[in-house]
Amino acid sequence: MWASAAVSAAKLVIVAVGLLTAVPVMVWVERRGAAFIQDRLGPNRVGPFGLLQPVIDAIKLVFKEDLTPANVNRGLYLLAPMVSFFVAMVTFIVIPFGAGKDITVFGVPLGGLSVAPDLGVGVLFLLAIGSLGVYGIVLAGWSSNNKYSLLGGLRSSAQLISYELPMALAVLGVLLSTGSLRLDDVVTRQAEHLWLNFIPQWNLIPQAIGFVVFVTAAFAETNRLPFDLAEAETELVAGYHLEYSSMKFAAFFMSEYINMTTASALIVTLFCGGWTFPGMQHFSGWWLLVASVGAFFVKLAFFLWLFVWVRWTLPRFRYDQLMRLGWKGLLPLATLNLVWVGVAMAMRWI
Amino acid sequence: MITQYIPVVLAFAFAAVVSGALIGLTAFLGRGRLGGTRTRDTYESGVPLLDGSRKRVSVRFFVVAMVFIVFDVEVAFLFPWAVSARGLLAEGNNAVLLDGLIFLVLLAIGYVYLWREGAFDWSRRRSES
Repeated sequence: MWASAAVSAAKLVIVAVGLLTAVPVMVWVERRGAAFIQDRLGPNRVGPFGLLQPVIDAIKLVFKEDLTPANVNRGLYLLAPMVSFFVAMVTFIVIPFGAGKDITVFGVPLGGLSVAPDLGVGVLFLLAIGSLGVYGIVLAGWSSNNKYSLLGGLRSSAQLISYELPMALAVLGVLLSTGSLRLDDVVTRQAEHLWLNFIPQWNLIPQAIGFVVFVTAAFAETNRLPFDLAEAETELVAGYHLEYSSMKFAAFFMSEYINMTTASALIVTLFCGGWTFPGMQHFSGWWLLVASVGAFFVKLAFFLWLFVWVRWTLPRFRYDQLMRLGWKGLLPLATLNLVWVGVAMAMRWI
Repeated sequence: MITQYIPVVLAFAFAAVVSGALIGLTAFLGRGRLGGTRTRDTYESGVPLLDGSRKRVSVRFFVVAMVFIVFDVEVAFLFPWAVSARGLLAEGNNAVLLDGLIFLVLLAIGYVYLWREGAFDWSRRRSES
């Protein structure tokens, strides 16, 4: 038991370091990507290609004056960024990022390359803990005692809970075709049947509607454009984190990027076959592990880039449009996807 | 079976320590440099505060929250059905699909009712009734 706990701890440290490294890299990609899309240079002074810019920003934020505005509810005001960051750090543990079922490290079975591979509730854990993130935003908006913050927090919480339904329904479609809550099973199930004997049959094709709904909801759940109504600069200045500065602001900022990574990883796992890749059956052991982790990261990088790409391509929604899309558009579509998957399974089509 | 939650406990402890350390670090490194007299004022686009910030908010937020609770609980009921349906369908027990569809039809009735009541219309519009 202690050995397996040690393996879990080691995997946890790897995942946490990976996530925290992904944040500055993503910030850099975002700023350089924005510059690329808008035909300008972007940050290119600090380090090669401006790669050290996020590091400088982080140092600046750490040493910034720790300011607590006079009128805030101090306890909740300090708690809110911690809640956001805590939730962001915890949710990734159920996502499998590589094949490793038959590999042992120092005699301890790895049991799958995610921090909690045996967790029976799997994706349910992710949905449950992930939706706690709304508390961080609501608390920040309310405790700041600022009109902009309050409006941003309220808008954001209404948005998050509205898009949670289509998201959960789209996940249900995948669970229906998998028959298990564990994400490892979701991945292996997608590699069970092959087209032309080497292309894994990903959920992307049979559940295209669910995929579109899930990706859209993921954008809304991570507060990214075109759904970043929570911090619509032109209306709310900065929204729920208006009164935050220094690392307290950075905690919100980092949790947004970590949530983005988790959402992309979840899209990859549920709909794009996770760590599976064409021609997988010719690999085994450590080679399979390395290749599968590589495949996972390539897919993850694509969806992370999609977040950036969409942000600098689409304008922001209006709030009533956002609500209409969520309740009148995505919710029926997600239900339709669920019915389709059920009927297709009964008819033996998928 | 309880051992499957060891990584969860580890992750909770780790995340709590890191998030606490972030806030603690900035409190330690950025302490005691409070500038001008208005630094700690509530921000309201640079003008003095006109009134309190905690105002009454639109009732629509409440409606959304209520509708969400109703639907989310029903989605929660669908999880066990979705997970167990695959095995039952594989046995040729297609009635399980019918069970799910009946549940979804009941959901849809409530959904249509809410749509007609205007619960999903955010922009203010006079309903005919």
